[in-house]
Formats: sequence, C-alpha cells, structure tokens
Amino acid sequence: MEKLKQKDLILYSGLIILGLAAPYLFSAFKVQLTYLCVLIVLAMTWNLQGGEMGYNTFGNILFYGLGMYLTASVQVGMFFPLAEWTESGGEKTFVHTTAQYFQGIGVGLLVAAIIPTIIAGAIGYAILGLRGHYFAICTLGLGIAAGEIAGGIEIIGAGQGFTTPPFPAEIVDAEARGKFFYFLSFALLVGTFVFVKYIYGSRFRLILNAIRDNEDKAEAMGIQTMKYKIVGWMCSAFFCGLAGGIMGGLIGYIDSTDVAFDGREMGVFMVLMAILGGKGTLWGPVIGATLFHFFKEGLWTLILGWQYVALGVLIVVIVVYFPEGLMGWLREKYPERFGEVIDEKDRKAQVELK
Amino acid sequence: MDFLIFKAPMLMVQASLDGILLGILFALIAYGMALQWGVMNIINIAQGDLVILGGYIAYTIYLWGIHPAWGVIISPIIMFFVGWGLYKLVINKVVDRDLFISILATFGIAIVFQQLMNFIFGADVVVAQSEYGTTMLFDNSVTLPNSKIFSAFISVLYAVALVIYMKKSRLGRAIRATAQNARAAKILGVDTEKVYAATFGINAALCGIAGALISITLTLHPYVGLPYTVRSFMIVIVAGLGNLPAVAVSGMGLGLFEEFADYILGTEFRIGAVFLLLVLILVYRRFKLSRKREYLK
Repeated sequence: MEKLKQKDLILYSGLIILGLAAPYLFSAFKVQLTYLCVLIVLAMTWNLQGGEMGYNTFGNILFYGLGMYLTASVQVGMFFPLAEWTESGGEKTFVHTTAQYFQGIGVGLLVAAIIPTIIAGAIGYAILGLRGHYFAICTLGLGIAAGEIAGGIEIIGAGQGFTTPPFPAEIVDAEARGKFFYFLSFALLVGTFVFVKYIYGSRFRLILNAIRDNEDKAEAMGIQTMKYKIVGWMCSAFFCGLAGGIMGGLIGYIDSTDVAFDGREMGVFMVLMAILGGKGTLWGPVIGATLFHFFKEGLWTLILGWQYVALGVLIVVIVVYFPEGLMGWLREKYPERFGEVIDEKDRKAQVELK
Repeated sequence: MDFLIFKAPMLMVQASLDGILLGILFALIAYGMALQWGVMNIINIAQGDLVILGGYIAYTIYLWGIHPAWGVIISPIIMFFVGWGLYKLVINKVVDRDLFISILATFGIAIVFQQLMNFIFGADVVVAQSEYGTTMLFDNSVTLPNSKIFSAFISVLYAVALVIYMKKSRLGRAIRATAQNARAAKILGVDTEKVYAATFGINAALCGIAGALISITLTLHPYVGLPYTVRSFMIVIVAGLGNLPAVAVSGMGLGLFEEFADYILGTEFRIGAVFLLLVLILVYRRFKLSRKREYLK
C-alpha cells in the first residue's frame, strides 16, 4: 500500500511539473494547451453526472456559457457602462488599465463560479427529478434555449456578439497573455482534479453510484437522493462556470450560439470525451479529452471543411461500437490492474456455456 | 414584449389560423416520431434533419423546373430508402440498447446530415415558390397563403392514409404487433428486423412529406433541423404514444403557442420560446408524476 502511494506521488508530481513546464517546452502551442485543460475540466465534471450519477446531461454547457458571459460582463461592468461597451462592438472607446483588467477578471471569475452554482441549485430540484432520456432531452433544450435567449438580449451584445476586454497593452511581454491564460486554466484543472479525486474517495461517490445503479432502491435505503443529485450538479456547475470564464477571456469574443452556449461543439465534446475515455472512472475523462484533443487538432486541418462530418461519424462510431470507452476496454482486458479478482473457474464455466 | 396582438382582433385571427395550419404540419412529423418511438423505443434526434433533407429534395426538383408540390410524392419515396439505409447502417445497432445511446448516435447522424446538406445545397436560406397565391379573409385584413392550406390538407390526407394502412395492411399489423411485444411477435413469425427497418423508413417518408411541405410554406436551411426534432418530441410527450387525435391537437396547440410567442416576444425569441416550452412541459410532467408517486406511497 505504501509503495503504491509513493508511485502515485511520483506520477502526480511528474504531471504537475510537466504541466508547469509545458508552456515553456511547447511555447507555440499555449492556446492549444489551454484548450486541453478546459476540455479535461469539462469532461471530468460531465463525468460526475453522466458517469457517476447516471444522469446524461447535455446541459452543463449552460453553466459554461453563463460563466463566459458573467466573467466578461463583470470585467467590463465594474469600470465602464456595459451597454455602451457592447454597442461600440469592435471599436474600443474604453481601455482597461493593467490593474483594472486583472481586478476585473478576478472578480468576474468569482461571479462566474458562484452564480452558475446557485442556478444549478435553483433549477436542480425541477430538472433532476426527470429520469433517463427525459432528463437528457430537457437539458439539451435548456442549453439551446439559453443560447437563443442570450442571442436576443441587447446588453450582452445580442446577435452581434460581445468582445471581451483585450489583454492590457502595457505588458510588453508578448508571451504574457498566453501564459496567463494557460496557468489560469492549469490551476483550474489541478483544482478540479483534486476535488474529483477527493469525491472518488468519499461516501458521496458511493451515493452517486447508488443513484446510478438504482435510484428507487437508493431512496428506499434512506438516501435523500434529490439532495445529493443537486449537490453533484452544483459541483459541476462551479467548475464549468470557471472554465467558461477562462475560455471567454482566451477567445476574446463571445457569440451566443457559436462560442458560449455552443451545444453543437463543446456540449457534445464533453460527452464524447468522457465516453471515449470511459465514463465512471477518474482517469477516463482525462485520457479521453487528451486523445480527443490531439485527434481533433491533428486531423481538423487535414480534413478542412469535413471536420463536422468526421465529428458526427466519430460520435456514431464511439457510441455504437465503443460505449465502455478506453478505460472500460482496459478493464475488460486487464481486470487485475483494476483490483478486480477473477474467479477462473467461473470464467471457464461461462465460456463453456457460450 | 409587445401586446399589440391583444388590441387588434384581426391579428389574433391571423395568428390563430397560421398557428393551426402550422401545427398540423408539426403533428405529421410528431406522428412519425411517435411511430418509431413506440415501435423501436428509440428517440431520433435526427428527425428534424430528415425533414430538412426531404425539403431539399423537393427544392431540388423545383430547381429542375418541376412544380415543388410534386415533392410530396417524390420526396417520401426517396426518404423511405434513406431511412431504410440509415436503419441498416446504424439504427439496428442501437435498437435494443439504452435510450441515451440512441440519442447520442442519432445526434451524430444529425451533425453529419447537417454538414452534408451544407456542402450540397449551400448555407443560404431557400424557399421553393409554389405560386399558389393567397386567400384574403375579412376584408383583406387576414392573409392566408394557399400553400399553407395545401400543406395542412396534404398532411391530413397522408396521416389518414397511414392510419388506415396501419390498421388494414399486413405490414401495419406486424408493426403494431411488434410495438406491443417484439418478442412475442418474433415467436409468431414476424420478421421484426424487417418491421423495424420499415418503421424507420415510414418515419423518414413522413419526414420527407413534411419537408416537402415546409419547402413551399416556410424556409429551408441546413441547420434548422433541431427545432423540428424538439417540436415533435414535445408533441409526443404531451400527447402520449399511439394517441393520434391527441397528437393532432397538441400539434395545433404548439403551432398556436409559437405564433402568439412570435407576436408577443418578438421573432428573435421564437426558437428560444419553443425550447423553453419543452423544458417547462418536462418540468410540469415531472411534478405531476411525483405527485402521483407520493399518492401511491
């Protein structure tokens, strides 16, 4: 046991050192690395619902988009009139000073974490009472409704979009912007991982699994399932909101349906990544997101124009032929490594039965 | 918010008539969805994209110089085979699985369809001109395009024909038997695999008819499929599976809701209102069911 812990320690410290060194090692790919961090966060938080709780949500994109709009709005609204900012569009009449920018993004991210969490708690009671596919479709509708409605609200730019404050020009270091957002997202990733790992070792995860396996029985055992479902969703909303806030700052431009409430891309990506890696496992979403991101970045440019066709085909192939994901496949192949004991006799008997 | 509609009674008549005629069209799509949901137990997110594809088929024959109304005959025939092929390619692998698998898989199909339509037909909003003219009612204060009346008429015609077909024909009986109990039907000699393929084909054909009608009454665009899926899903959960009159009524109700939302909230919130209504209906349903559960306790 002691030895295993040491192995873990080496693994984690290695990964953290790699993460900290990555922007210097792969200096040209800082934006891609930031994307990767955010994708992993989204996949891990989706996994809390889809994998652990058995509630396949398309609605986490709601919190992501909310976080994006909230961060940008707060960052602007703290110092300048928001309506005039969005009206002026690309032409900048207001400029943030360095201090204002960082103050703004700090407070903005705080708001972006808190408000989606509150919203998740508020709508959780109504939405999480739905079961199975009704929940999936309802959250799908929620995400798209949010995008359509945000596209009609004037103060946050409506259809023409919302330009987030540009990175302060006073900082001469050209690399600073990329590094800033990378480290921000990396910190978020580490925070999310630590939190999810903590959940994996706690009673909370067992309760979520009980809900997934049989909700009625879990209720009969005296678990207040609704309470735990809502808390689980609030946890996801917290991290999704932060991820959205960081992405908004990185992209620099928020469109209601193509960037923020982007159900067609991000909303599907997070589901796909978690399933690809293996839902219901700690490392599955991390591996799935990394693989997916490499695949996407590598192939997207080769098959320009056909990427959505490829994405659709990929979804069908993964979902139809590979629903257990990579971790599920490994588990099937090497059960001993996952701490599962196999009864050889039983296995042989089953083979004979076939 | 704009309450002009409540001050002008003629606008109200206009919105109601538009809504009911539109709703009949929605009901036709919903009927297809109820059919495949009931028989195969899958939810097809690509339903709306099948509709749009059917519409583009009608639009194509319009570009060739044939009157687009012929689309209501040609489009379902082509779409039937598209549906059949789709079943053989993907859907047969998700029929017995978890519903979420079918949702995700058809979501993938929807993305592929959207993109292929974007390549083939371009990203412009198109409409096929039927040149049927308009009917003026109440001293010209209410205008009603004849194409909308035509589309409602054709929808009803096809729906009635399908109901009779399902009741009388051998395949219809096999489909209904499979819906009731697939296993028993199989034991009694029904080729369920073929029944499933035919069901999906019929569903796609219904989408083809609806699409051809949409191409002359509304507009087509590669990416507007999802709202049709959501509308038909909504109609089906309100009406229940296999309750055809209720499907028609709730379809008209949805059409009315949309037209009024369009006038009151503004056109930019129309699709948002549809999706929000879906959420509200599901939440309402959840509270209704949970009351029932408490009562049972």
